[in-house]
Amino acid sequence: MTVREAGPGDAVNGVRPRWVALPETVGEIAAVLRAGAEQDLAVVPTGGGTKLHWGPPPERCDVLLDLCCMNEILEHAAGDLVVRAQAGVTMDALAGMLAAKGQELALDVPFTEGTTVGGTLAASLPGPRSFRYGTARDLLIGITVVLPDGTIACSGGKVVKNVAGYDLGKLFTGSYGTLGVIAEATFRLHPLPADRRWVVAELDRAEVAPVAARLAASQAEPSAVEVDWPDPGGPLTLAALVEGTAAEARAGALRELIGGGSPTTEQPSWWGLIERDEVLVELRFLPKDTAAVLDAVAGTGLALRGSAVSGRVLLEARGALTEDELAAAVARLRERARAHVLAAPYDGLDRWGRVSGLPLMRRVKERFDPGRRMSPGRFVGGI
Amino acid sequence: MDTLVAALRSLLPADSVITDPVRLRTYECDGLTYHRATPGVVVLPGTAEQVAQVVRLCNEHGVPFVARGSGTGLSGGALPREDGVLIVTSKMRAILEIDLDDRRAVVEPGVTNLAITEAVRDRGYYYAPDPSSQQVCSIGGNVAENSGGAHCLKYGFTVNHVEACEIVTPDGDLVTLDRMDPGYDLLGAFIGSEGTLGIATKITVRLCRAPEAVTTVLAAFESIEQGGQAVSAIIGAGIVPAAIEMMDALAIEAAEAAVACSYPAGAGAVLIVELDGPAAEVERQFAQLREICANAFELRVAADPAERAAIWKGRKSAFAAVGRISPAYIVQDGVVPRTSLPAVLAAIDRLSAEHDIRVANVFHAGDGNLHPLVLFDDAEPGAGERAEVVSGAILDLCIEHGGSITGEHGVGVDKSRYMPKMFSEDDLDTMQLVRCAFDPQGLANPGKVFPTPRLCGEVPGVRKGVHPLVESGKAEQF
Repeated sequence: MTVREAGPGDAVNGVRPRWVALPETVGEIAAVLRAGAEQDLAVVPTGGGTKLHWGPPPERCDVLLDLCCMNEILEHAAGDLVVRAQAGVTMDALAGMLAAKGQELALDVPFTEGTTVGGTLAASLPGPRSFRYGTARDLLIGITVVLPDGTIACSGGKVVKNVAGYDLGKLFTGSYGTLGVIAEATFRLHPLPADRRWVVAELDRAEVAPVAARLAASQAEPSAVEVDWPDPGGPLTLAALVEGTAAEARAGALRELIGGGSPTTEQPSWWGLIERDEVLVELRFLPKDTAAVLDAVAGTGLALRGSAVSGRVLLEARGALTEDELAAAVARLRERARAHVLAAPYDGLDRWGRVSGLPLMRRVKERFDPGRRMSPGRFVGGI
Repeated sequence: MDTLVAALRSLLPADSVITDPVRLRTYECDGLTYHRATPGVVVLPGTAEQVAQVVRLCNEHGVPFVARGSGTGLSGGALPREDGVLIVTSKMRAILEIDLDDRRAVVEPGVTNLAITEAVRDRGYYYAPDPSSQQVCSIGGNVAENSGGAHCLKYGFTVNHVEACEIVTPDGDLVTLDRMDPGYDLLGAFIGSEGTLGIATKITVRLCRAPEAVTTVLAAFESIEQGGQAVSAIIGAGIVPAAIEMMDALAIEAAEAAVACSYPAGAGAVLIVELDGPAAEVERQFAQLREICANAFELRVAADPAERAAIWKGRKSAFAAVGRISPAYIVQDGVVPRTSLPAVLAAIDRLSAEHDIRVANVFHAGDGNLHPLVLFDDAEPGAGERAEVVSGAILDLCIEHGGSITGEHGVGVDKSRYMPKMFSEDDLDTMQLVRCAFDPQGLANPGKVFPTPRLCGEVPGVRKGVHPLVESGKAEQF
């Protein structure tokens, strides 16, 4: 295992660690965390580093635990549609290996070149096809984690149907590195679809909600319906995806529901991407509030991209946005949707808004990380 | 207990607090009748607030409580405590809201699984997870056990279909866990926690659009090996059917005796494969399926919903049907990786011969979820013990092949002793951290899931000597 002194490039949202540790095995992760526990060192785990500037800066950071060397795909049971990989495997490498066997992990994640299995789970950002396949937590069937005291723990396993014990995988997915370190993960896979068609159409803002409702209820079963609205003063692009041997025929059905649009085998260039994340806001809402949410976004100057059928979109700031402007926009959006500021270079914001169950979450954090050494201050309620 | 009962009586209507010994015995077990205990007192609250108040009273008196829905569980998860309160949710069976625009329904925990589908079926929707007991089992119980059924292969489990739960925490707070909220996925941790992290009092489920086409096929094979090969070939062809179920000759015989399902005579195995989705997609998959099942000696395709129901009838009634061919039986619930099915089925055969105990196999072949029915005659001395040995050895086989000791029935009280075979002490201690965060007093369904209750104050991993609860006779050490 390599341990080196940290440089300016290793800062976590402005906080510079003292050391960077690069473990190569689960045992080495445990060794780092045990040493950290003895010395009361704060540890921030990182994968590809694509989202390291998200969330508030850590209260303290002594060790950056870089999992890039944990990059082995441990097991691919093709006949069981299951893969087990170390946390540092990039999503790109995983997808490449699986595609060669005609399979895929049906998570579309942004920054695929850099992002890793562990980081994808820790941040748990849903992609376009979560509408049909669920989010990371739904496709994760087993996990190995290392607790802040160095304990190595597993839950789940490598079968899809399994209800033995508590599902620690769910708890760690989306926990932003505040409970421990994700070391290995096992996912259920899907066969690569035989064919894909997108139907792409330009719409007026007012048309989106009714079109989305028709698509969501459609027996043509789209896998995803995404909207891209780079300039909330201008027109909007909607793209719906169908997958399967009969994709072409089903694309025709989507076209009718949309009232136009061109079918294509090419994925739209903007599909599922995050382009600028200095400021990034996530909105979650019930599909029936889609029209109201679009109206509320229209005045903010933020660019919108995301699912028209799942009630999850991301807002990017294309230009400069002051802290006050962002705070005002978020306050307005919270009248219509849950708004979470995933990334912003400001300190004074209420990033998460209302969090039901926060006292219970604090109790979970207290049990798992009583010394507050794992990514302290990086998550909801200052957890 | 007496002061607690008095407090419960002042809280709830007279008919909602049961202390009469005869009536208490109605609740002494769930679907697993092998374990029995007469509850100290049974309450039937009508509202979430009442559940919370009952739980708060239990906390004040330091008395354990167990939640129970329809009592169809098969692992003793709702086994009552003689020194505790059994909280039965059967009065809480209102469908509170149906919102098809958002494809969700909000229901109380006592609502039956099938009632949700029945409420929206006319409008072209349904609730996907469907345990075999769906006509009677409650959605609260499904949430507690994360019990899914035959359609999990394509559509996922209860946990994939629940958007939010209002729960009463073990210390009596009403808290909403919602997938839309930021923070830890406590909803995901809660579902399948078997009543040890609290009681669901309101459940928001996701509704699915009914598929455009459904094709249900019954394929009869001469041997279980041939059936198994067909399953592998289906998955290998990139088809994800809504369900793939398999029954062996003995299970078919039982189903035939009970419900006269008229499965093809002389079959060593039948497969039930259900394809659903857009019509064009189903049509093409069916063409592939026909080729894959070329060596089936009969391929029966349901032409209408009545014929589909007829095909499913034998499968859905298989557990109960086994009563026709055996005086007693144990329903096992283990999981293996699908590719291990042939080896595991062969090993079950050997176990069966070795111990002179018949085993009927009914299973969710698509996801490797076995439900061997271990048959015995309880009048024959030693047979029950031999059946227990076979049943336990099947679980060992599942673990050996990298599977699980339960796919949908839960661990409950029945399998807690197998947990250390599947998980290390560190794994179990880590799970206990979750338990202690939710339930520091250890009052929510104690003695279930985990082999030995560990006190929340204890430092995990360094337990010395005999556990205090074991020493005082309150717990059993396995």
